[in-house]
Amino acid sequence: MSSEMYDRMRSNPKFQKLVQVRGRFQWTLTIIVLVMFYGYFMLIAFAPGLLGKKIAEGSMWPIGYTLELFLFIFFWLTTLYYVIRSNSEFDEMRIDVIKDAQKEGK
Amino acid sequence: MKHLTALTLFLLTLTGLAHAAGPPIAEAAKQATNWHAIGMFGFFVSITFGITYWASKRTKTTNDFYVAGGGITGLQNGLAIAGDYMSAATLLGLSAMAYGQGYDAYIYMLAFFAGWPIILFMMAERLRNLGKFTFADITSYRLNQNSVRTMAAISSLVVVIFYLIAQMVGAGQLIKLLFGLDYNVAIFLVGILMVIYVAFGGMMATTWVQIIKACLLLCGGTLVMILAFSQFDFSLSKLFTQVEAVHKLGPKLMYPGALCADPITAISLGLGLMFGTAGLPHILMRFFTVNNAKAARVSVLYANGFTGYFFNVIFIMGLCAVVIVGQNPEFFEGGKIGGKLIGGGNMVVMHLAKSVGGNMLLGFLAAVAFATILAVVAGLALAGAAAISHDLYARVIKKGKATEKEEVRVSQMATVGLGLIAVVLGIAFEKQNIAFMVGLAFGVAAAANFPVLILSMYWKGLTTRGALWGGYGGVISAVCFVLFSKSVWVDVIGQKAALFPYTQPALFAMPIAFGLAYLMSVTDNSDSAKAEKELWHDQYVRAQTGFGASGASKH
Repeated sequence: MSSEMYDRMRSNPKFQKLVQVRGRFQWTLTIIVLVMFYGYFMLIAFAPGLLGKKIAEGSMWPIGYTLELFLFIFFWLTTLYYVIRSNSEFDEMRIDVIKDAQKEGK
Repeated sequence: MKHLTALTLFLLTLTGLAHAAGPPIAEAAKQATNWHAIGMFGFFVSITFGITYWASKRTKTTNDFYVAGGGITGLQNGLAIAGDYMSAATLLGLSAMAYGQGYDAYIYMLAFFAGWPIILFMMAERLRNLGKFTFADITSYRLNQNSVRTMAAISSLVVVIFYLIAQMVGAGQLIKLLFGLDYNVAIFLVGILMVIYVAFGGMMATTWVQIIKACLLLCGGTLVMILAFSQFDFSLSKLFTQVEAVHKLGPKLMYPGALCADPITAISLGLGLMFGTAGLPHILMRFFTVNNAKAARVSVLYANGFTGYFFNVIFIMGLCAVVIVGQNPEFFEGGKIGGKLIGGGNMVVMHLAKSVGGNMLLGFLAAVAFATILAVVAGLALAGAAAISHDLYARVIKKGKATEKEEVRVSQMATVGLGLIAVVLGIAFEKQNIAFMVGLAFGVAAAANFPVLILSMYWKGLTTRGALWGGYGGVISAVCFVLFSKSVWVDVIGQKAALFPYTQPALFAMPIAFGLAYLMSVTDNSDSAKAEKELWHDQYVRAQTGFGASGASKH
C-alpha cells in the first residue's frame, strides 16, 4: 500500500520540482561552506604571514581572527537560512505532495 | 614535534581527554580534596537521580528507551547535541591551547564547528526520515538486514568502546585532579552513575542529564568569561594589546603556528573531524529523538549556535588567562611566573575561575566538568547498548520477533556489560598512552560508518556486497593506519619507526572505503543486487518527503 503511495508521489510533478529545487539549494550551501572552509585552511597552510597582520594601521585586530569570527557567524547564518527556508517553503511543498497522493488514492 | 603535540592535544580535546594526553597531566599529582566541588557535584547528582527516577516511570517501550519516545523538542535536542560536543576537555584543553598557542586554538575550533552545516544540509533530513533507533536502520534499509546490520553494529561498537575507554581514562585523571579523588574510585563512580542513568532512564534520562549539563557549562563558561573580560573593559583591542605584550610568543601568538607545518595531516584531520562526527553513533542517534525532520533541522541550528558561541567564549577565556593567570605567581609551581602551572597545563581555565570568582566559582566549574564527563559517557553507553540490543539481538538474532520487553531488557543488560568493560579497561589503561583510541574511534567513524551511511542515502547503486566491502574495508584500513602510525607502532608497541607516516587515517582510509563500496557494487550483478536497486525508489521518496517516517504524524 505504501509502495503505491510512493509511486504516486514520485510521478507527481510537484515532487520532481521539490527534489530539484531543494537539492540545488542544499548543494549550493554545502559547496559555499566547503569552499570557504577549505579556502581558509589553504590560507593557513600557504599564507600564514598574512593572517597574523592587523586589519588596519593602528588596529589591534589580526586579519586571521577577524576572518574566522566572520566565518563562525556566516556559517551559522547559512544554517539559519537553510532551516527557515526548509521549514516553511519546502515543508509546504512536501505536505502538498503527500496530500495529493492521498487524495488520488481515495 | 611542536605540531605533533598540538595535533594530539587537539584530537584529545575534541573527544574529552586532553587531560590524559601528555606528560604534564600524567604527572599531575592528586590534588587536595576540593569540598566546594564535591558538594556542588553531589547536588548535581541528586538532581539527575530525580530525573532518572522520573524518566524510568516513562520508559516502557523500546521507543521510549532508545529515543525518548521521539518527543524531545528541537531546542532540547539542540542543547543535548551541543552537550555531546562540548566535553570537559573542550573546556579545559581548548582554553589551555588558546592560553599557550593563541590563534591555533581558534583555527581548531572552526574545524570542529564547520562539520555541522554540512551535516545539516546533507544528512539531517534523510537521517530523520529513514531511521528509527540507530543509523544501521538506514544502511540496512533496502540491503540485507543480517549482514549489513551486523557490520554496522560491529563498527558502532568499535567506535563506542574505544571512545568510552578513552573517556573513562580521561575522566579518572581529570577527577583525580579536580576533586582529589583516587583514580579507581573515580572510574567506578563514573561507571556506576553511567549505568544507572542509561539502564533505568534510557534516552530520556540521558538527554536530560545532557541538557542540564549543557546549560550549566554554557552559564559557567559565560560567567567566567564576563568576569575575566571585564578586567579589559570588554574591549578585544585592549585584550589583544595586553596579551601580545606579556605572552612569550608576543605578536606571533596571533599568527598560525603549528597547523601549517604539515598540510596533509591538517587536511586529513579536517576530514576526519568533519565526517567522523557524521559517523559517531551517539550523535547520529540524537536525530531520532525528535518528532520529525523539521525538529531535526531546528536542533542542528541550536546545537550549531551554542557550540559556535561557546568556542568563542573559550577562546576569550584563554586569552584573558594569558594576562590574569599567566602573570600571577600564585598559580605557578614555586611561584615562578612562566614555569609549570600548578596541576598541569589543562588547569588554565580552573585557575582563571579561581582568580576571578574565588573558590566557589572554581568548585562550580569543576563540578560542571565532572557532570560533562558523565553526560558524554552515558550517551555513548546508550548508543552501544542500542547496537547490541536493537541491531544484533532484535533484528539479526531474533529476526524482529523479540518483544519490546525482551529488547529493553537486553539493552539494560548490554548497558551493564558496557559499564563493566569501561570500568575494567579504564583501570587497565590508566598508565597507557591512550591517544590512539581516539584516533581509532574517529577514524572508524569517518572511514566505516560515514561512507556506507552517505552512500546508502544518496546512491541508488549501492548493493549489500558493496556496503559490506566498503564498511569492513573502512574499519580494517582505519585500524591498520592507526596501528602502524607513530602513536601506536612507536609510542605503544615500541618499534623504531612508524610504517604509516601520518597520525590521521581519514584522508587515506575514506577513499578506500568509498572505492571498495563503489567497485563491489557496480560489479555486483546478482539477483539480490537488482532487487535492492528496485527498492531504492521507495526509499528515495520516503527520504525526500518523510512519508512513512518512524514516529511521523499521520497525514
